[in-house]
Amino acid sequence: MYCDAVAEWSVLLASLEPAASKAASSATPSRTPDAIAAYGRDVRLRFVAIGGLAVLALCSLLLDVVTGPSSMSPLTVLQGVFDPSSLTTAQQAIVWQVRLPYALMAMMVGAALALAGAEMQTVLNNPLASPFTLGVSSAASFGASLAIVLGVGASFIGADWLVPLNAFVFAFGSVLALQALARMKGSGVENIVLFGIALVFAFNALTALVQFLSSAEALQQLVFWTMGSLSRATWGNVGALGLVLAVVAPFSLLSSRGLTALRLGEDRAMSFGVDVKRLRFLSLLRVSLLSATAVAFVGAIGFIGLVGPHIARLLVGEDHRFFLPASILSGAVIMSLASAASKIIVPGVLMPVGIVTAVIGVPVFLVLIFRNGGRA
Amino acid sequence: MTGLDIQNLSAGYGGRPIVEGLSLPPLSPGEVVSVVGPNGAGKSTFLRALAGLIPAKGAIRLDDAELTGLSLADRAKRVTYMPQTLPQGVALTVLETVVASIRATPLGGASFTDQQAVERAYEVLQRIGAEALAGQRLDRLSGGQKQLAGLAQALAREPRLLLLDEPTSALDLHYQLRVLDLAREAAAERGMTVMIVLHDLQAAARVSDRIAVMAKGRLVAFGTPDEAVTPAILAEVYRVSARVQRCDRGVLQVMIDDVLAH
Repeated sequence: MYCDAVAEWSVLLASLEPAASKAASSATPSRTPDAIAAYGRDVRLRFVAIGGLAVLALCSLLLDVVTGPSSMSPLTVLQGVFDPSSLTTAQQAIVWQVRLPYALMAMMVGAALALAGAEMQTVLNNPLASPFTLGVSSAASFGASLAIVLGVGASFIGADWLVPLNAFVFAFGSVLALQALARMKGSGVENIVLFGIALVFAFNALTALVQFLSSAEALQQLVFWTMGSLSRATWGNVGALGLVLAVVAPFSLLSSRGLTALRLGEDRAMSFGVDVKRLRFLSLLRVSLLSATAVAFVGAIGFIGLVGPHIARLLVGEDHRFFLPASILSGAVIMSLASAASKIIVPGVLMPVGIVTAVIGVPVFLVLIFRNGGRA
Repeated sequence: MTGLDIQNLSAGYGGRPIVEGLSLPPLSPGEVVSVVGPNGAGKSTFLRALAGLIPAKGAIRLDDAELTGLSLADRAKRVTYMPQTLPQGVALTVLETVVASIRATPLGGASFTDQQAVERAYEVLQRIGAEALAGQRLDRLSGGQKQLAGLAQALAREPRLLLLDEPTSALDLHYQLRVLDLAREAAAERGMTVMIVLHDLQAAARVSDRIAVMAKGRLVAFGTPDEAVTPAILAEVYRVSARVQRCDRGVLQVMIDDVLAH
């Protein structure tokens, strides 16, 4: 199966070259080339779009790394990334313990949330589905607040990991609950969406209750957590999220045929041989891993899981061979830019990135939708 | 033996039976059968059960394979079901959706390359006269155009058994007739068995070799149009008083005189 996907991509790549010979070899040269050539052109444009997004993601990452409150010049920072010995000890600490882990965390959180959102939107057949809108982030916030208020000082596991671990457990649990509902007889995807919205309200109320009962010190931590921030990024949790992303994303891409077929409708996909129940189950499992890990480390960051896939859809359409990679890259770009902006907007102050994604992202999102004639 | 043999088929939703103990005389390859009957007769359930979309009891033999024992993917190589609902508006072109249907799961052992799939998809669109739609996105099409796209998706898989659930409900007169003729053509040229759910009895008589009349989950009548569409059966199944005649060109005509009280 994996070989299939590799072969498929290599065939697609090979098709970039001999566009002319392909058209010439068609059976009915008078009419066939138009539509088929247009299809080939679309495929090439999508490769270009994905390549462009990859370059943009890299540039945004670099921009994110070189911005910050310290007085180092961008050049010094870049030099320090490739040759740490060129920096003073203090500078090394800034670049290697703060800038790089923050920037990598931002990029990967964006990628993970956008991929999770893209898969959710397809398997739940709802353009509003995302880890944030269906309660995953709220569940994580509740888990984190419980850990902050009640559990600090657990000895068998470091306090640094207790909060994210508890957030993960609740986030993962919330998607499993969605799953259980999806498996129940006779409940359609609409019910899953409604259930997800119910989860948002339930967990928000519970988090508010915990806040109401907590001490002033815990409250401050808790509020900060719910705003979404990259400041908890360490190499340890950057590695953990990177691992999850590296393991999960290939399986997402391998499912792209089935997911594309599912866009035609559940009955159609089944009639074309796609085991929709299994596809949905495995997809939501990937979604739970991705979103639970991401929100566990950075807190509730909305919007990326919703808008990443929408931008990808505008750029490359919904053939999931292109849609999923484009979602990953769009998410990475937006999150890196938001992270850079969070350091620039108020000089010297690191704004919680969750606020930035919403404040800057929403208008951009609206512009994108309206420019496209209301169709995303 | 080739063809389709359905024995004692029962199916339903959530434990509630909709189709009960339905058997049909053997159908041969290339035969077109219309399934008609009042709303809620179980026509769609019958087709969905044949396609394996819902669990069913009974025996469905197609070309010497027992369908009920096959996995969904293996079954989909032999049977394709086109649902009654129109394809939803998505950001895919019509050509892409047909390619997606071809490539959803392997067809008949051969895995299509992107290029082969595109050529086959385009050829199907040409056949149904919808090649002008190839590059258009589904979310910008009219209902009838979407229905044509859905039909192309089903035809492109070239199944042994093609199940069409009200394939003409959103089409104008020209395309209604064209799609039905196309179903006949596909049956004759490619040896498919085609079953079509229709509400228009005259259209059913025109396109089908035989007609299955269903009511309340059971088979009421089965036979040639002349045998299955009779005033007695129409009165029993639809509660209407009607005359059935052949016009001077030999085409079967159904004239409704009255609606009978229940």
